[in-house]
Amino acid sequence: MKLEFQLNGKAVQTEIQADTLLLDLVRSLGCLSVKRGCETSNCGLCTVMVEGKPVLSCSVLAARVQGKRVFTLEGLQEEAEEAGRYLAQEGGEQCGYCSPGFLMNVLAMERELTDPDEDQIKEYLAGNLCRCSGYMSQLRAVKKYLNRKGEKGC
Amino acid sequence: MLTGRRFGGPERGKEEEQKYNRQAAEDHGGKLVGAAVMKKDAMALVTGRPVYTDDIAPRECLVVKVLRSPHAHALIQEIDISAAEKVPGIQCILTWKDVPQKRFTLAGQTYPEPSPYDRLILDQRVRFVGDPAAIVAGETEDAVDQALKLIRVKYQVLDAILDFHEAKDSHILIHPEDNWRSLAPVGADNSRNLCASGRDEHGDVDGILKTCAHVVDETYHVKANQQAMMETFRAYSYLDTYGRLNVVSSTQVPFHVRRILGHALDIPKSKIRVIKPRIGGGFGAKQTAVMEIYPAVVTWMTGKPAKMIYSRYESQIASSPRHEMEVRVRLGADEDGMIQAIDVYTLSNTGAYGEHGPTTVGLSGHKSIPLYRTKAFRFAYDVVYTNRMSAGAYRGYGATQGIFAVESAVNELADRLSMDPVALREKNMVRQGDVMPAYYGETAASCALDKCMARAAEMIGWKDKFPFRDMGNGKVRGVGVAMAMQGSSISKVDVGSVSLKLNDDGFYVLTVGCTDMGTGCDTILAQMAADCLDCSYEDIVVYGTDTDLSPYDSGSYASSTTYLTGMAVVKTCQTLREKILKKAAEYLDCTADDLEFDGKVVRRLDTGAEITLKDIGNRSMCFNEDALSACESHTSPVSPPPFMTGMAEVEVDMETGHVELLDYVAVVDCGTVVNPNLARVQTEGGLGQGIGMALYEDITYSQTGRMYENSLMQYKIPTRLDVGRIRVEFEPSYEPTGPFGAKSIGEIVINTPSPAIASAVYHACGARIRELPITAEKVCRAIHPEVFRGEAQRKAD
Amino acid sequence: MFQAKEYVKPASLEEAYRLCQKRSSVVVGGMMWLKMETIRKQTIVDLSDLGLGEVRESEEEFQIGAMVTLRMLETDEGLNREFDGVFKECTRHIVGVQFRNGATVGGSVYGRFGFSDILTALLALDTEVELYHGGRMPLAEFAARPRQVTERDILTYVYVKKDKRKAAYLSERRTSTDFPLIACCGARTDWGWQFAVGARPGKAETVSFRVIDGWLERRTGKPCQAVEAQDTGWTKAAGLPQSEASGDAFAETLAGAAAASFIYGTNLTGSGTYRAYLAKVLLKRLILGLLAESGLAEGKEEER
Repeated sequence: MKLEFQLNGKAVQTEIQADTLLLDLVRSLGCLSVKRGCETSNCGLCTVMVEGKPVLSCSVLAARVQGKRVFTLEGLQEEAEEAGRYLAQEGGEQCGYCSPGFLMNVLAMERELTDPDEDQIKEYLAGNLCRCSGYMSQLRAVKKYLNRKGEKGC
Repeated sequence: MLTGRRFGGPERGKEEEQKYNRQAAEDHGGKLVGAAVMKKDAMALVTGRPVYTDDIAPRECLVVKVLRSPHAHALIQEIDISAAEKVPGIQCILTWKDVPQKRFTLAGQTYPEPSPYDRLILDQRVRFVGDPAAIVAGETEDAVDQALKLIRVKYQVLDAILDFHEAKDSHILIHPEDNWRSLAPVGADNSRNLCASGRDEHGDVDGILKTCAHVVDETYHVKANQQAMMETFRAYSYLDTYGRLNVVSSTQVPFHVRRILGHALDIPKSKIRVIKPRIGGGFGAKQTAVMEIYPAVVTWMTGKPAKMIYSRYESQIASSPRHEMEVRVRLGADEDGMIQAIDVYTLSNTGAYGEHGPTTVGLSGHKSIPLYRTKAFRFAYDVVYTNRMSAGAYRGYGATQGIFAVESAVNELADRLSMDPVALREKNMVRQGDVMPAYYGETAASCALDKCMARAAEMIGWKDKFPFRDMGNGKVRGVGVAMAMQGSSISKVDVGSVSLKLNDDGFYVLTVGCTDMGTGCDTILAQMAADCLDCSYEDIVVYGTDTDLSPYDSGSYASSTTYLTGMAVVKTCQTLREKILKKAAEYLDCTADDLEFDGKVVRRLDTGAEITLKDIGNRSMCFNEDALSACESHTSPVSPPPFMTGMAEVEVDMETGHVELLDYVAVVDCGTVVNPNLARVQTEGGLGQGIGMALYEDITYSQTGRMYENSLMQYKIPTRLDVGRIRVEFEPSYEPTGPFGAKSIGEIVINTPSPAIASAVYHACGARIRELPITAEKVCRAIHPEVFRGEAQRKAD
Repeated sequence: MFQAKEYVKPASLEEAYRLCQKRSSVVVGGMMWLKMETIRKQTIVDLSDLGLGEVRESEEEFQIGAMVTLRMLETDEGLNREFDGVFKECTRHIVGVQFRNGATVGGSVYGRFGFSDILTALLALDTEVELYHGGRMPLAEFAARPRQVTERDILTYVYVKKDKRKAAYLSERRTSTDFPLIACCGARTDWGWQFAVGARPGKAETVSFRVIDGWLERRTGKPCQAVEAQDTGWTKAAGLPQSEASGDAFAETLAGAAAASFIYGTNLTGSGTYRAYLAKVLLKRLILGLLAESGLAEGKEEER
């Protein structure tokens, strides 16, 4: 079947199967930052934004994004670099395999929550598993990133 | 369409990165070793560049999958692939009759491997639920899935051994085959289901234990935890221009994979090349060639590129997890708490195959007992085959299991003596300069364990918090402590090598054979090289890893890379410096002794005449017969242990048994800290995994040998809400045999959480949990036995 | 893996219903659970275009569309104000924000999964479901039905009555975002108490209690609404130690009676014995919390 949607700001027309998952579609369209870490919707590696909301692309039918705006990290490179640099400066990316999905959700959190505290940050990002870091460096990085303009004075 | 493109141009990003890295070096007195520079690959990883195996695989790869046995133990009587072969797009179906019949091991170890040669690519006998019975390759995943369903296998189901207590000398044999081989003297005997057995002792353990005022005699059980790295096992293969088999694999051991494939396919190693791209985590899992043989055999048979991506399900049920171990500790002490003797017996479950079985078990004694000064010790072990998934290497590699047992026993001793476990350890712990009889007689040349203990106690506020605090709301907080050690490389075995060349304009390329799996070894090796060559971090380009190009390195495992490959960097830089000076002497018409090299310029001490490195690099590319390159290897007769102390504070819900980890502090002596950020995150990450192992990650089997925790939905690795607060500091010692005084850090960090948390739980609520994980129900059963009293009766009814 | 050949996004419920009459059709909610099942279907029926993606509040009730996501429940101000944050509490542990942006109320309720936090929470409230063909019915009645019977109908809305009840939710999990090992929701109503316990590991069920003349009376099998509180069908469950205000002893008795109303079983996450014990512990905590809370709430009521 035919699918038209916006991927990273560009109109895309493509052919899909009825049961194609968004994850497989965006990877086939070259957005290889989107990873699959499980088959049970648990890991968060495949996080993309649909209409600005973070979703698990492994659990979204591609057909459902008809007419919608989808963003992967490929389309948010400047933000990825900026947020990602905070992570890199903590050494927190480690193997990097979960980084794109994690950063997608960090960017989504920034759009959705105003001035989140530590507990809110942790809860919002809880669906992003990471096996390398023990999460502390990610938390340090996110706090510094959110406070990059220095409003919090810490 | 968008892949590989950096918006805003590559230079702007690089500038920021350089600025940060220069500042990091400046903050550290201009030296790179010890500076918190960013990882070389960091920006590529955080911006989502396509750098992993599946991202770079050609699209035309055949999809490879395997049909897995539903039985724990069976013989394949018939296998009918006729219907499956007819599925459009199917290119290749292989059964046990189609593959070489020479046995090999998948363990990524130095040849001759201690792990027995007990595998075939496909075998007529299947030995665990999930053992492959056929390999299917096709043009699409749909075709392959369909074909898998159409293969008809007739199994003769055999009795299975699922309980590892019943394995040794069972009438059921897991490996009765005649061509089973053990290449090393590890006490293996396939007629007894023994993958290895042995003992090591020093002094009269039994005699001393008889005289001890206090003897703790308890048994501890660690399950076959999964590494659960985010990138599952995967590899693709193709034939190159010369008809050689090229395998791109997410592996920690490219050189070992080359050898293993040579053995498995029974082809010359010269026909094989293995390349490691970026890896999405390893933790030891990828020190076993879990699945490279499947795409490789398909490519070899069909000539076509082939790719296999393990599902998470496969990664859970048919991979290379930690060895399940039951460790019995007998620990004797006098009235004052001076530990006199330690006796450890480990029963290890290697599962269906013997990968890493003979070696992991050794660490359960050799890296737990030497934490204490004792008059005598004994360490004995059996490693048995069972009809469960084969085990492998997982961070800690047996030390984790042994340390959980010995450290728990020491904590129990302290509780029996009503003594503070910190004080008990201060009396007994190994100190710098000690000879460690249980550690192959090595001397602790660098050891700041005492300082680690003191600092950790300070950080957590041990004095105020030990042993518990009743919060008055049905919750009680307890603290617990544990120490750990590991090694740095396998002494007299492991080899680390790098090659280094000077290029035009004076930049260097450092080609490594070790394998950065996110740990940052490419980065720290560049840091060392930069200091050795007095150049900037950016002047070192790091390339790895490719068995055709990289110098031989045993691979990144056994906590070897910083220590061993790091030393290879130091040696190689020295050699190249000498070559540069020699070349400069020629250009400046003097002898090398007359010259000094500051990294940028070579200067004649007498005349002041000089030549820049840039000019040397450029000039050496014309009319020159001295290659400005060097390659050195390093190996070590010793394996200096890093040491650490971990302390946990937990809060136990006294009604439900729910344990919440509040705070975990760790102080590590890894010798010189090469990159504080990376060392810190290694530590935090290892602790995170250790916390998962202590509290959440369970492995259970059905009565027919099916593993239940076969997804991340059931195998609960901790989320960021489950690890409490983790705090890490360093107490560096200086290791004389290590590069810049460094030892290892990668593995030791997983070892303390289980014993420390178990003890904290005991101090909080009195529940003594000796089998991991420490679940709320186990705690509840211990503190409210009355609730469960009727259970056995009800079951009987 | 889940497979299907055709994808249809009906423009009307009638069309959707017609499509669903075939065994080979399947309605997708959030896809979260469906995609893990190994089934082949002909047609995927997507209800996204039917206006079922909103929470609407009226004087009497909330109308929650089947396609409302769990994240919307979690963050809906009206629902959380009315029911004391129960909707946040019963959703926030479910995997992660991204998961909850996908999973739907319809999927959760229609699936009637044993582990469902949502079903548990809704069952302790005065909740009805509406099926396109089957019409409105109490959630408990729908939940109790075996799944096959209703398989060909479409769940359109969930209705939660605003009957001033005070509710609270507690669960125990292995990790923070795991399935519940036990899930408990309790509500204090103007006629008594209503509880639901899920993940036993069977699907959530509900039980109601009222206090009459120093006795706890229980009603099971049927959900309770205000009007029905006058009905027969109540049986004596336990004698009360003192008056309802006596706190701990009352909570102990009520929690014991409530927990004993259900059957508990064993699975990977925990044993039946532990679940039964936990249910009582958590229910008691809920009751004590609600007693304290409602005292406060009544105070506020008077102030107004």
